[in-house]
Amino acid sequence: METSSRSRWVPRWWRGRSAVIGIPYAWLLLFFLAPFLIVAKYSVSEMGDIRVQDIVSVTDGVVRFSVKYANYVFIASDSLYLHAYVASLKYALCTTFFCLLIGYPFAYFMARAKASLQPLLLMLVMLPFWTSFLLRVYAWKGLLDDGGWVANAIVGLHLDRVLLAMGLIESPGQLMHTTFSLLVGMTYTYLPFMILPLYANLSKMDLRLLEAASDLGATPWVAFWRVTVPLSFAGIVAGSMLVFIPCVGEYVTPELLGGPQTLMIGRVIWDENFSNNDPPVAATVAVVLVLLIVVPLALFNRYQAETREKRQ
Amino acid sequence: MNTSADNAKFLQIQSVVKDFDGYKAVNNVSLDIAQGEIFALLGSSGCGKTTLLRMLAGFETPTSGRIVLNGQDLAGIPPYDRPLNMMFQSYALFPHLTVWDNIAFGLRRDKLPKDQVAVRVEAMLKLVQLGKFGKRKPHQLSGGQQQRVALARSLAKQPQLLLLDEPLGALDKKLREETQIELVNIIEAVGVTCVMVTHDQEEAMTMTSRIAVMSEGRFLQVGSPAEIYETPATRFVADFIGNVNLMDGTVSVDEPDHVVIDCADCRHYVGHGITGTLGMPVTVALRPEKITLQRDKPDCEFNTVAGTIQELSYFGASTVYRVKLASGTVLAVSMANIERQRSDAFTWGDLVWATWSPQAHVVLTQ
Repeated sequence: METSSRSRWVPRWWRGRSAVIGIPYAWLLLFFLAPFLIVAKYSVSEMGDIRVQDIVSVTDGVVRFSVKYANYVFIASDSLYLHAYVASLKYALCTTFFCLLIGYPFAYFMARAKASLQPLLLMLVMLPFWTSFLLRVYAWKGLLDDGGWVANAIVGLHLDRVLLAMGLIESPGQLMHTTFSLLVGMTYTYLPFMILPLYANLSKMDLRLLEAASDLGATPWVAFWRVTVPLSFAGIVAGSMLVFIPCVGEYVTPELLGGPQTLMIGRVIWDENFSNNDPPVAATVAVVLVLLIVVPLALFNRYQAETREKRQ
Repeated sequence: MNTSADNAKFLQIQSVVKDFDGYKAVNNVSLDIAQGEIFALLGSSGCGKTTLLRMLAGFETPTSGRIVLNGQDLAGIPPYDRPLNMMFQSYALFPHLTVWDNIAFGLRRDKLPKDQVAVRVEAMLKLVQLGKFGKRKPHQLSGGQQQRVALARSLAKQPQLLLLDEPLGALDKKLREETQIELVNIIEAVGVTCVMVTHDQEEAMTMTSRIAVMSEGRFLQVGSPAEIYETPATRFVADFIGNVNLMDGTVSVDEPDHVVIDCADCRHYVGHGITGTLGMPVTVALRPEKITLQRDKPDCEFNTVAGTIQELSYFGASTVYRVKLASGTVLAVSMANIERQRSDAFTWGDLVWATWSPQAHVVLTQ
């Protein structure tokens, strides 16, 4: 009797579902939240060993928090950190913009291509993943360095003058270790992350809506801006988030392709930790970075929840 | 605009062919539609009716032939420049726009001033009785309301020609019947010429003034609903529109005012002459509702046959009996239930006589 009444209270599907949801949550708890808390603990401490008791203590039944926010004050007062954050956000935004600029038309024509051709096009987008990310960034180093054939082509066509005028490079002929090489590398690396959600979105679109727009007097160009783009907004948001968020904390690409003037926050964290031997400041910079990324992510999740609600 | 265009030939479809890689979806059809007419293209799926409609809208280009609207040849005019609008199957309302913006979409493309757009949209909302729904998104409306928004959107630009693609196909039966009348009233109030595509013969018959029955890319018959129902031209049309009993026989008496046709089970006396010859094989088409059943043998030689009731289907207003004849042929007979719970009602296994009048038949020679 008891077991049967219990199984009525806790249906079997519910137990199975909690396990399915629970395992990735436990995984994230262990390998994201716990390390993050350790880093956060470092950020509110000074140099040297630190114990949890130093931060939270219970004496005479009163819980005492002893948080040293000096590190936060320090990074707020030194403009180096502010500049690095701004630069990170700026380069991430630029990368997102270029990925959207290149990725949207690509995803659009891929979604409108012959159905038999689409799997091949999709595979071509994912093909770069077959080679290590690090190797591909190194390859760009070769292409953009003096004598690299991309560099030769750009200089040969005098496009370096245009880049110079745009402020993307410092001196003509010098393409490596500039804003230009950084943006080329990051756009190249993150482009598939923009294309895939856009493609998923655009290929689902009801093409009769374009016929309806055409019937009502919209030229293909107007129909694109008034119907296709608004309807693919969820895809644009998803792709932009997938590019923007990892770009902010990007370390490898700026390290290999960027220059002294493209100091991004990933580099700052490295320097604080390994060159300055100041883990608390490195931890503080990292915590602020996570918060910077969590806010747009939360906005994104809310937007997605809203659109899902709208569809129902 | 060409003012010399004949009113009766407002829309001219001239020898139009649409060839999809060797498959003729529309095979040499010609048709004139008068101004203000509500016309239906009726046929089962794959008969080419939708392809023809899409050629009118400009989404498909005819392989050969011409489409002329109000004196203007539509060849080479893209959909967005044609003076016609279409109400799409399952409506194709823009999900990201409100009802108001959906209706205003076409008007804004015409660069109409803002205040005129507003006046026109409000008038359209009033016409389809959705005045309070302007701010809603399409997914917040019921199927019937979405259908009215789609109608309002397609009428907003005051098109010369309105195309309806299965206008009521997405609605359930009860709502469909109400909407049929409402839709016709709105279209007639606006006075727009209308071509609709449907596979539902009831919809075509109640809503339109003329019907073209299509099969395999051709028009089998064009005429008013009554003409198509009462005098079908071919066996296919008779069979496609409504229910019908088809009996094969030969002409045994051929007089100018009557003919007699001998079939396996009975002899038909047809009260009018036919264009045929003695001994010619023909098919007699007899609608179920034109036959009555009785228990006693009638006192006549023609237009009667005996059989046993094999099946009966009660529809409320009428009952359809399936009477098995001596040859094994089954005759469908529909009788109106004019009394409640008749004590002597026909039932399974009853031996009955079916009779019909000399005016009940249609003699089909093809």
